[in-house]
Amino acid sequence: MSALKVFVPRDATACALGADAVADSILAGAKGRGIEIELVRNGSRGAFWLEPLVEVETESGRMAFGPVALADVPGLFESGFPGPADHALGLGPVDGIDWLASQQRLTFYRSGWTDPLSLDDYTRMGGYKGLKRALDLSSQAIVDEVKESGLRGRGGAAFPTGIKWQTVLDTPAEQKYIVCNADEGDSGTFADRLLMESDPFQLIEGMTIAGLAVGATEGFIYLRSEYPHCRRVLEEAIARASQANWLGEDIQGSGKAFKLELRIGAGAYICGEETSLLDSLEGKRGLIRFKPPLPAIEGLLGKPTVVNNVLSLGAISTILAEGAGYYRDFGTGRSRGTLTVQLAGNVRRGGLVEIPFGATLRELVEGYGGGTASGRPVRAIQVGGPLGAYLPESQWDVTLNYGALTDIGGMLGHGGIVVFDDTVDMAQQARFAMEFCAVESCGKCTPCRVGSVRGVEVIDRIVANQDREFNLKVLDDLCETMDKGSLCAMGGLTPMPVRSALKHFPADFGA
Amino acid sequence: MNSSAVSLREIVDSAVAEHHGKIGTLMPVLHSVQEKLGFVPSESVPMLAQSLNLSRAEIQGVIGFYHDFRTSPAGEHLIQLCRAEACQAMGSRDLELHAKQRLGIDFGETTEDGRFTLEPVYCLGNCACAPSVRINDGIHARVSTGSFDQLIDDLEAQE
Repeated sequence: MSALKVFVPRDATACALGADAVADSILAGAKGRGIEIELVRNGSRGAFWLEPLVEVETESGRMAFGPVALADVPGLFESGFPGPADHALGLGPVDGIDWLASQQRLTFYRSGWTDPLSLDDYTRMGGYKGLKRALDLSSQAIVDEVKESGLRGRGGAAFPTGIKWQTVLDTPAEQKYIVCNADEGDSGTFADRLLMESDPFQLIEGMTIAGLAVGATEGFIYLRSEYPHCRRVLEEAIARASQANWLGEDIQGSGKAFKLELRIGAGAYICGEETSLLDSLEGKRGLIRFKPPLPAIEGLLGKPTVVNNVLSLGAISTILAEGAGYYRDFGTGRSRGTLTVQLAGNVRRGGLVEIPFGATLRELVEGYGGGTASGRPVRAIQVGGPLGAYLPESQWDVTLNYGALTDIGGMLGHGGIVVFDDTVDMAQQARFAMEFCAVESCGKCTPCRVGSVRGVEVIDRIVANQDREFNLKVLDDLCETMDKGSLCAMGGLTPMPVRSALKHFPADFGA
Repeated sequence: MNSSAVSLREIVDSAVAEHHGKIGTLMPVLHSVQEKLGFVPSESVPMLAQSLNLSRAEIQGVIGFYHDFRTSPAGEHLIQLCRAEACQAMGSRDLELHAKQRLGIDFGETTEDGRFTLEPVYCLGNCACAPSVRINDGIHARVSTGSFDQLIDDLEAQE
């Protein structure tokens, strides 16, 4: 009889909840009982409320237990684990857990099922099918496929990916580059991290296809330094893909080349903005550049450059493997593919949710989220990261897609949903938005650099009830100046959380 | 003094050699120097300028721009508290007050015994299990004031 396979996730959240110690304890427990097991550190499924989510492979599927704390391990063994076990933490077959089963995993299809660093696992579950097809296609045919899929950038700006690629393809140059923006700095977001830690080859494959599509032979992943686990996974994944000839001078004997390098940021939120990121990659201060020229025409070192988010590049392998129509048919209107959101903050069942477009914010937070972790009523929900709007209950029936959120003065952004209970002080949240902008502004343009500092001061005066009407007017003017006069979204969107907090929660500002 | 100057030169040279020929080599070089020494000493700036054919101002500008690069050594353990929204929603403001009180230092400071440096961080990507704290390369989830104390107690008990 072969060894029983036991899975303990290795992603940063599982580890932050003690997965390493649980894995060690399971190994020791099995050894002590003379049970032969094979321990696999799989990727997380993103059901973070169940982490560490331990699974055992059986003839009738993978049996799940979670959340497993270190102290639970001896009891698990006593109940029969890893064999058939009747334990309070038993969740039955993992694909029967409703929170996961009801999702539609397209980008996160493999997450949790595989060992993230196993190329065998990756190819067994459809990996590299897209690249194999792309190797036989012309650059234009690949770009056409991406255009037809309707894929829009998942970083926040939602720009059509195929059009960006066409621009790079059409711009003649000796050298072009593919840059993956993995500087996922928005609070409440972790989808990029989860994909990179749970299925890194998907990103590598997508970037390689992008290289073939536009004629770029070099790529960079710009990863934020706040993700140390992710760094280790990506370093190893790139090494293994290179070793297996999925990266390099002659990919799978095709004569086509693509090499990939991992670069680590140094703690600057602004480097998530693409032009600032490019300056940082060039070894400079991460200052915003004027646009135009677009990076697609003059990007890294002045060369045509594709800059895409992790999830956008991740979707590419599916689009090439299954065809543009397959991906497009998942969406509605101008929102194609699936909706990827992250439930975070004060939420009972937080994690990664990938579902068809069409659900409302309330359905997400109450259904998947199960309300607040604190058990108190939800008061405000911030959608779209630190530059997104704070939404009051009257707006929770908004459908989560790009257009509907814009219509109510918000944005979907990178899909972060941060839930606050009724203890939140919205004036403090507005103040923090300005404070964060002051800390992270690159300093190039005055509305952002100075406006954010003045913004903190003026909010303090409003809360202290000094010249209230006057200062409200000053804040409004300031927001208008930042909105209209900033070079990039950092200064331009900071007014969004500030104004929404003031508009919907005036009582917190002493009104 | 002389020997430490020599060793700094060697560290700078090996960092430069390690990343030779790369695009935007300054950032990886600074990371390498900091990984070896724990900070980027001011004495290394002219050496880097010479080796990389950059001005000292350019290098100083990059060091100053990014939160990660340090110009003096951190304590033995670097503790980063997440101050971003998802952690705020789970009580990080209280945790921040508590941590400063427990360690007797403010953000950006190091305890007198050199054991702990406290810094803010804006998101560790662990937002579904907030509040989050990073200690060196380890991330801790759902940190309460009590579990924070436990983490510090454990580190203090280590020799």
